[in-house]
Amino acid sequence: MTVTVKIPTIFRPDVGGRPNVEANGRTLRDVLEDLDRRYPGLKGHILSEDGGLHRFVNLYVNDEDVRYLAWLDTRVEEGDTVSILPAVAGGKA
Amino acid sequence: MGAGGLGSPVAMYLAAAGVGTLGLVDFDTVDLTNLQRQLLHDTDDVGRPKVDSAAERLSGINPGVNVVKHETVLSSVNAFDILGHYDLVVDGTDNFPVRYLVNDATQMLGKPLVYGSIYQFDGQASVFMPGPETPCYRCLFPHPPPPGTVPSCAEGGVFGVLPGIIGSIQAVEAIKLITGIGEPLVGRILLFDALAMEFTTVKLRWDPACPVCGRNPTVTQLIDYDVFCGLAPGETPAEAEHGVRTGAEVST
Repeated sequence: MTVTVKIPTIFRPDVGGRPNVEANGRTLRDVLEDLDRRYPGLKGHILSEDGGLHRFVNLYVNDEDVRYLAWLDTRVEEGDTVSILPAVAGGKA
Repeated sequence: MGAGGLGSPVAMYLAAAGVGTLGLVDFDTVDLTNLQRQLLHDTDDVGRPKVDSAAERLSGINPGVNVVKHETVLSSVNAFDILGHYDLVVDGTDNFPVRYLVNDATQMLGKPLVYGSIYQFDGQASVFMPGPETPCYRCLFPHPPPPGTVPSCAEGGVFGVLPGIIGSIQAVEAIKLITGIGEPLVGRILLFDALAMEFTTVKLRWDPACPVCGRNPTVTQLIDYDVFCGLAPGETPAEAEHGVRTGAEVST
């Protein structure tokens, strides 16, 4: 399964500045492993050292938060969109 | 909250729309580098308190609006006193401790919170309603990132128009809540990517285990948010990232 992964600005330096990249896999975990092979370093922004999701970065398959699906075991379909949403703090000053 | 990048369009549109009382909370003074995005302030205002120049701008737009200036840092000590006077709170803050503070205080006070956040070319917006079974900021991000892992806007920069877009969306949501029209951005988060020029909406679910708005809240009063965010008490996020005291909060 090939999915499109939307990369937020903050992580784009890891993927050569691209807003979207493609990755393959049957589950979200596969997709992240594939991304890690292609773009070393990106996975570390999303997963903690114990392999779980950071609590300040969310992942969505299409519009659904994977915490309410099957976390990293969430299955992906051909053409799905995976979005990465990091907590960012800017706004005021 | 904040008379800066997000607060500028929010406050100006709400004043122009005739919102009766607008409270501004900001401790900062105007810096020349603010002016590519903070349209509340002019070059002549550099060095002045932001609440002063903002109040003048808003009175110029609509002299019938009652502008209340709170020239202070929002804290766990004063948050209930300040926010308790208002029907609705708009988040234009620039750091995680105050962002979690505003979230928790509005949940505890039973006030709607219109959320916005920006980084470089990306923006986020949502509405957090008080009460059970509607999500809050902690349902979205239970914990802040450790200090130093996310570059501040001072390091990363902000595209000047971006807060204009996200702040305008916050103004839309505020006016919808005040007038009771439309579908507020509740249970959804709007993501904007200026470089790709794409808007995406994803679902934001209520977390029954949320420590503030969940079934069995464990955070029932305001806490020390610097400690919660991994900072030493009184230390600003920028200081933590740079490991030095700068003497003034770095603009973000």
